Amino acid sequence: MTAIGAPTGLTQGSRTKGGIGESTLRPDGVLKVTGEFAYASDMWHEDMLWGQILRSTVAHAEIVSIDTGEALATPGVYAVMTYDDLPTDVRHYGLEIRDTPVLAHGRVRHHGEPVAIVAADHPETARRAAARIKVEYRELPLVTDEATATAPDAVLVHENRSDHHSGHVPHPNIVHRQPIVRGDADAAAGRADVIVEGDYYFGMQDQAFLGPESGLAVPGEDGGVDLYIATQWLHSDLRQIAPVLGLPEDKVRMTLSGVGGAFGGREDLSMQIHACLLALRTGKPVKIVYNRFESFFGHVHRHPARLHYEHGATRDGRLTHVRCRIVLDGGAYASASPAVVGNAASLSVGPYVCEDVDIEALALYSNNPPCGAMRGFGAVQACFAYEAQMDKVAAELGLDPVEFRRINAMEQGTLMPTGQPVDSPAPVAELLRRVKAMPMPPERQWESSEGADVRQLPGGLSNTTHGEGVVRGVGYAVGIKNVGFSEGFDDYSTARVRLEAVGGRPVVTVHTAMAEVGQGGVTVHAQIARTELGVAEVTIRPADTRVGSAGSTSASRQTYVTGGAIKNACELVRERVLETGRRKLGSHHPAWATAELLLEGGKVVTDGGEVLADLVDVLEDEVVEVEEEWRHRPTEPFDPRTGQGDGHVQYSFAAHRAVVEVDTELGLVKVIELACAQDVGKALNPLSVIGQIQGGTVQGLGIAVMEEIVVDPVTAKVRNPSFTDYLLPTILDTPALPVDVLELADDHAPYGLRGVGEAPTLSSTPAVLAAIRDATGLALDRTPVRPEHLTGTA
Amino acid sequence: MDFLRPASWEEALAAKAEHPTAVPIAGGTDVMVEINFDHRRPDVLMDLGRIGDLTEWEVGEDSVRLGASVPYTRIMENLRTELPGLALASHTVASPQIRNRGGVGGNLGTASPAGDAHPALLAAGAEVEAESVRGTRRIPIDAFYTGVKRNSLEPDELIRAVHIRKAEGPQQFSKVGTRNAMVIAVCAFGLALHPGSRTVRTGIGSAAPTPIRATAAEEFLNAALEDGGFWENGKIVTPSAVKRFADLCSAACNPIDDVRGTADYRRHAVGVMARRTLTWTWESYRGARRTTEGAA
Amino acid sequence: MRVNLTVNGRPQQADDVWEGESLLYVLRERMGLPGSKNACEQGECGSCTVRLDGVPVCSCLVAAGQAEGREVVTVEGLAEFARRRAGDTASGVRGGADASLDAARRWQAGGTDSQTGENIELAPVQQAFIDAGAVQCGFCTPGLLVAADEMLEHNPDPTDEDIREALSGNLCRCTGYEKIMDAVRLAAARRSEGATT
Repeated sequence: MTAIGAPTGLTQGSRTKGGIGESTLRPDGVLKVTGEFAYASDMWHEDMLWGQILRSTVAHAEIVSIDTGEALATPGVYAVMTYDDLPTDVRHYGLEIRDTPVLAHGRVRHHGEPVAIVAADHPETARRAAARIKVEYRELPLVTDEATATAPDAVLVHENRSDHHSGHVPHPNIVHRQPIVRGDADAAAGRADVIVEGDYYFGMQDQAFLGPESGLAVPGEDGGVDLYIATQWLHSDLRQIAPVLGLPEDKVRMTLSGVGGAFGGREDLSMQIHACLLALRTGKPVKIVYNRFESFFGHVHRHPARLHYEHGATRDGRLTHVRCRIVLDGGAYASASPAVVGNAASLSVGPYVCEDVDIEALALYSNNPPCGAMRGFGAVQACFAYEAQMDKVAAELGLDPVEFRRINAMEQGTLMPTGQPVDSPAPVAELLRRVKAMPMPPERQWESSEGADVRQLPGGLSNTTHGEGVVRGVGYAVGIKNVGFSEGFDDYSTARVRLEAVGGRPVVTVHTAMAEVGQGGVTVHAQIARTELGVAEVTIRPADTRVGSAGSTSASRQTYVTGGAIKNACELVRERVLETGRRKLGSHHPAWATAELLLEGGKVVTDGGEVLADLVDVLEDEVVEVEEEWRHRPTEPFDPRTGQGDGHVQYSFAAHRAVVEVDTELGLVKVIELACAQDVGKALNPLSVIGQIQGGTVQGLGIAVMEEIVVDPVTAKVRNPSFTDYLLPTILDTPALPVDVLELADDHAPYGLRGVGEAPTLSSTPAVLAAIRDATGLALDRTPVRPEHLTGTA
Repeated sequence: MDFLRPASWEEALAAKAEHPTAVPIAGGTDVMVEINFDHRRPDVLMDLGRIGDLTEWEVGEDSVRLGASVPYTRIMENLRTELPGLALASHTVASPQIRNRGGVGGNLGTASPAGDAHPALLAAGAEVEAESVRGTRRIPIDAFYTGVKRNSLEPDELIRAVHIRKAEGPQQFSKVGTRNAMVIAVCAFGLALHPGSRTVRTGIGSAAPTPIRATAAEEFLNAALEDGGFWENGKIVTPSAVKRFADLCSAACNPIDDVRGTADYRRHAVGVMARRTLTWTWESYRGARRTTEGAA
Repeated sequence: MRVNLTVNGRPQQADDVWEGESLLYVLRERMGLPGSKNACEQGECGSCTVRLDGVPVCSCLVAAGQAEGREVVTVEGLAEFARRRAGDTASGVRGGADASLDAARRWQAGGTDSQTGENIELAPVQQAFIDAGAVQCGFCTPGLLVAADEMLEHNPDPTDEDIREALSGNLCRCTGYEKIMDAVRLAAARRSEGATT
């Protein structure tokens, strides 16, 4: 039998126009509102077993012994595996650096590291068996911060490194370091009328996607395995999984299951290899579903960061120089740390003109939880700090903070600190102007004839104030994020597009490996196919590894890159169809040979609108199919010493205005409004674009006032791995989110579009912090800001 | 694990006598979290959901007998007049879904210092009706909490109801959390004016190993109100007295630093809440007095 | 143990249920109804919200044995539930229904077809979630729909703060909630429009 919940194609639109620029509705919308959409954790198979992972209870220790005897003897248990049971010599994986053991080998490097895996006939049996595995640990000294990482006698988190960053880092406990030096910061500092320094701390944020890590591995009769999985990048998973299993890649058949959010947290492997190992070992399908507690250990988080900045400016408000040092804590394994360092360094100045900079960003190896990709990676941490600095400098100069930003705002043609020119619109000043021009929310909205509505006050339902101590504040911020994979990465996507006549109608099928994680890629990709091929009915095939890689659903890149690949494949299909038409029907009308021809409304038309033929008549029984890789323009690595290089593909800009009310006595914050203006180049689906902006904005709100994974500095253990103590904003914490969308085309990108998903996550946090500073007069150098920081009781 | 489904209160008592380690489950909002996260594996789970009596309440002359499993939603909707402090506290419990299931019996059984009902019960004055096959007893709320997540129930006892004094004056409840809804208390404060006995009672949550009353603060305020004739003259309580009361409430705390907040913050916040809730209740008392006088 | 209950109007039975299993697990893994979601299993996210004897609850916090003999409505049965509530004569909402809100009209630009609701019977609140763009990853959606539908049942004309309060037990990580607000406003507006015409 087959796995229940395996995805089928999403077909949309017999009467839908639904081309680009329209707010076409999601093709998976009905499935999602009726509960029929199958997420990875919904998969089910007859005779399936449940996998369970035993994780380390300490952060750094030698494994003295593991005794699995009692676990194996538990009735209902089919397999127990440790490092020694791995089938091949490839026993590590990793996105860029293969430093992560599939199961711990002799040593655990962080709290919650997988040590052993169990398969049993019921999840409770698997849990009980895992609890019976006896692991003896001998604890080792901890590396928890830069001081302990780089001390002369520091324990090395990874010995004998041979990765491509190991040669240029100053210490083996530094994953990667990227300096950027441009101009002469020392000389420029001499011209400054004011110099402002600041130290900032950015807390560890969790992606907290709601669909927990899960998947179903079904062993195949050919010795291979079918894996139904929630991920961001099927082919990256595949390249890491197959060698560990000792299988060729074509025997690891991966299909994307429904994905309950991602935000970067599914770019690394979680339970993929474990499920496959257990399935191949037992010969039975194996399902693994993390619970929320385990999810906090099962994926990488956003890097916490310590940032030191020095900004100088002249009396007339022009930046003279920026110096900064950004230390990111990558935790026990590298994950996406090198890319996070590259972003943090290259975007550390923000969307401002500054010729003289001295920048250093680095990521540590430590025994803290591993950190990697999360929406806005690297750029988010930097934006929080440089925007705080911009406010401080403005205050020092006696300038309005928006005016000071406007004076220094970059524009098209500005050189980045890397020396790369910004060669498409960079409407930084315009976005600030727009966000500032939005009407302000009315004061004291919580007042009514019946008294105070606590739901609109800080503290909300908890009834802490009826207006006492409440002070309003307003803050602004703007940010810059790179779109797509940078630094010379071969960033491409593959699209297979088929056009045929079915039942007298032209039908398009689009097949890519793009991971739909909720962002609406499936909607937009169908819109592109409709626009290019003039066919209403489009089926989006399930994403799997039977087609080439689409790259990752991250870095705001899928509309651009896989969208670009689909557009390109559609163009090739169109050329072939027109060729066929010319061959078959060319003699019927001279326009076949002379005019610019388009496909519209299921017909071949001239650019003047004259219909030449129905597509079905051109196609007859012919199936036109194209599979083609597509690349955005290439980038180059940053120079390891100077940081110079054309490292980025495209930039994305957003600005926020936050209006908050703070109960200054209790330190409680209510965000009243969080307005955003963003340039999206071209809104392929305005409804989805606004949804992305609002969603990103609220993730930024979360890190501003409540979200933080708290790691005990003494034990390096996670103290709040649950939704009881890792707080996400509720709908009562979330304000009105007006959005102003600007569409200035980037001529290098398909349709002029700009990646949308990440930029709003950047400026949201510093805008909220600025508003809280405005309300309280406090300096506030860390995020999230907690009540104790606002009341002098930290 | 065994799962018992007693159909009546008597059956439940008999089962609890036979299995003293049985964990009663009603709303499930504490027990099921522990089971789902593998933090607890009781030998026996005992579902109290079939016992209709537990979800009923009776409004008596002086007090309300509140069944242990009356959902918080019902308290909010039906007992706002009789039990205003508890109704306000109920409104701050977790989410609507949780308020539809959880009841005061669960809060008392778990006896977490963070339970939202405790400060309101302490301030109002209440007795816990505990019963076993050996008989029934009523435990004064002040004697109920014995330690962190410990209470004075015997292993064979179950909570049947809580007898809560009916409000004869204004009551308030405030809770601090770092979110505007669905949040566990960083600390909480309940206050009730009892004009009949001319006393003020308090309750503090999450700021000591157990829920507590700020007795020194109560004594100070009772004396200050009495000395100044405030109960009769309905004057505004002097700011210095309010401040002293708030300081004494802060001083009553014995909090810890944990992942939800610092000890210093808890002490500070309890003081702020004490000041505000006293102001709100006293204003309300003065307003009610004026209305009464106007009518008379 | 064996558990009998009624789910979406149909009697269901599960055998060999482990006593520690939640109602959510039984629905998802034993009854083939995975629509209710397993996001936190600690009552903090609301994605598993079902109606238990009419009352919205987190099914992750109901022990399976506690559901014995009870009536459960899940997202899979929501359209049917809404249809019965409306009375058999008044039909359920079909895709492409006109909205009265100006804002709603803006969202109508999209298609009406087999994947966006046309000719599929949905509860009004389900259709509104699709039309307003309130669905992204969709993992929170089933729980939100059950909660929002129940709120509109007893508060057909909610203020924004009423909506926020009623849905404060349902976390969403994708949307920032604004489109969810729009969806509930839209469902309420369509309902009142339907009631007056």
